[in-house]
Amino acid sequence: MNRPSLGLKIAALGGLAFLHVPLLFILLYAFTTEEKSYAFPPPGYTLKWFGVVWGRADIWAAVGLSLKVATIATLIALVLGTLAAGALARAKFFGREPISLLFVLPIALPGIVTGIALRQAFGLMEIPFSFWTIVLGHATFCIVVVYNNAVARLRRLSPSLIEASMDLGADAFQTFRLVVLPNIGTALLAGGMLAFALSFDEVIVTTFTAGQQSTLPIWMLSELIRPRQRPVTNVVAVLVILVTFLPILAAYYLTREGGQARGAAGTGK
Amino acid sequence: MSLATFDLPSPREGALRRFSDLLLRRGHLIVLLLLAPPLIWLGLVYLGSLFVFLGQSIFSIDEFSGTIVREPTTATLLELFRPANFDILMRTVGIATAVTLLCAVIAFPIAYYAARYAGPRAKAAFYLAVMMPLWSSYLVKVYGWKLLLAKEGAISWFAGRLGLDGALDAWLSLPLVGGPSLSVSYTGMVLTFTYLWLPFMILPVQAALERVPASLIEAAGDLGAGPGYTFRSVILPLAMPGVVAGAVFTFSLTLGDYIVPQIIGTSALVLGQAVYTLQGTAGNIPLAAAFSLVPILVMALFLTLAKRTGAFDAM
Repeated sequence: MNRPSLGLKIAALGGLAFLHVPLLFILLYAFTTEEKSYAFPPPGYTLKWFGVVWGRADIWAAVGLSLKVATIATLIALVLGTLAAGALARAKFFGREPISLLFVLPIALPGIVTGIALRQAFGLMEIPFSFWTIVLGHATFCIVVVYNNAVARLRRLSPSLIEASMDLGADAFQTFRLVVLPNIGTALLAGGMLAFALSFDEVIVTTFTAGQQSTLPIWMLSELIRPRQRPVTNVVAVLVILVTFLPILAAYYLTREGGQARGAAGTGK
Repeated sequence: MSLATFDLPSPREGALRRFSDLLLRRGHLIVLLLLAPPLIWLGLVYLGSLFVFLGQSIFSIDEFSGTIVREPTTATLLELFRPANFDILMRTVGIATAVTLLCAVIAFPIAYYAARYAGPRAKAAFYLAVMMPLWSSYLVKVYGWKLLLAKEGAISWFAGRLGLDGALDAWLSLPLVGGPSLSVSYTGMVLTFTYLWLPFMILPVQAALERVPASLIEAAGDLGAGPGYTFRSVILPLAMPGVVAGAVFTFSLTLGDYIVPQIIGTSALVLGQAVYTLQGTAGNIPLAAAFSLVPILVMALFLTLAKRTGAFDAM
């Protein structure tokens, strides 16, 4: 194969730089001494803001709420997504296509439409906005990520394994626990991690399904619209990058043998 | 050689076993039981609430009392064509088009390099380099651009250092794309959107390019086509389904977003912001529903067209 032209090399590397440089600037700004503006270059560097963030109860409360919501939403999505994948991976029946479309819908539609629809539904059912309404909102769009991962793995799982297990006398539940689950385990773990990252970061649906609670993205959004504590926001942004970076890297390595981490497409906001 | 004897535990007895046998005898029952929990939530609650919300677009609002008049009418849907509202729609579609084009231009070389020249290790590195920003926090990415685009921020500083501040000021003084600073202009908004959705363009374009056989390109060369001609007549048409698939993402994500225009951009509303204010402070749910129908219809149309180009094989 011939060599790439210089122009192509520059364009490709330039494009990748475009994807990464803004994240580097966020890292840099976490150490700035400037409090009132986004002045570049930073007039000085300090570690002080990390200590300030450490002592902030409101930020810890928001982080705690986000972690709790993401954990429970992920667990719900894992159960519902696996059930759906088990039903649809090999079955062929009328209505299969519309049902798979239905699972993708919460992530394919603009977040604002999903948000308002859920808000109205909670209103109609007279459910007060609480921790649980946030969790339900998040679980709605997390199901598809788990579903995509589980379906891909289930389709690669040889049906003869399941038949062999049944022939040896295991019933359906034993087969699931001893044969199916160990085989799809890493796919579920990867799907769960992506769902966790998606929920931890979600802001639009949360604005519509949260009452007075403030998740970390909601806290950040209010700071973005009306910046009051720039240095603190800078540090929080870096922490958020780190928190989402690790599960995604882990999900990548877990699903690497079988191609790509599924569900990458369509993290619609 | 003797026959191996397995010491199998005897099958469990009891209700669970009988239930399991029943499931196995009736294959449809197991599918139904598995599907019921997710379908009850997504099919009944979620889809139901979507229809209830979007269905209100055929109602109207009483101008004096501000309450919803529950009588079918086309008035609310026609309101979308009033100049003020139509402007919002056109502005949003314009921004989404600009973002999509810019994404395609930036994504193509990356995808092309990764698909044609990168070895297995470089390919994995490219993939991670695209996936990491894709999965990074949405708000943090927007925040990064707020830092970069600010009047006192890095882009202005670098422009000054490189002696390009004159060019930047000239660009900002242009009508439409300009503004007092990059962070309150359409330029800044389009750049931020492009940054956010770029990975969604790279991945399908790369998938499409991977499927272009190298022999086809060699054949074009053997038949006397120069690199430019080969690109235009062989590579680009074959990559088009990937570009369309990517455009589905970049276009629809831009249509529905209301956070970026709120943080970076001019005071003129886009579709998402209009929906947000209409359902919130204005309390006009019917018009909010009518506005929400637009991106859904645009995307349905887009998807139908995309299906014809075979874009979905590239996803």
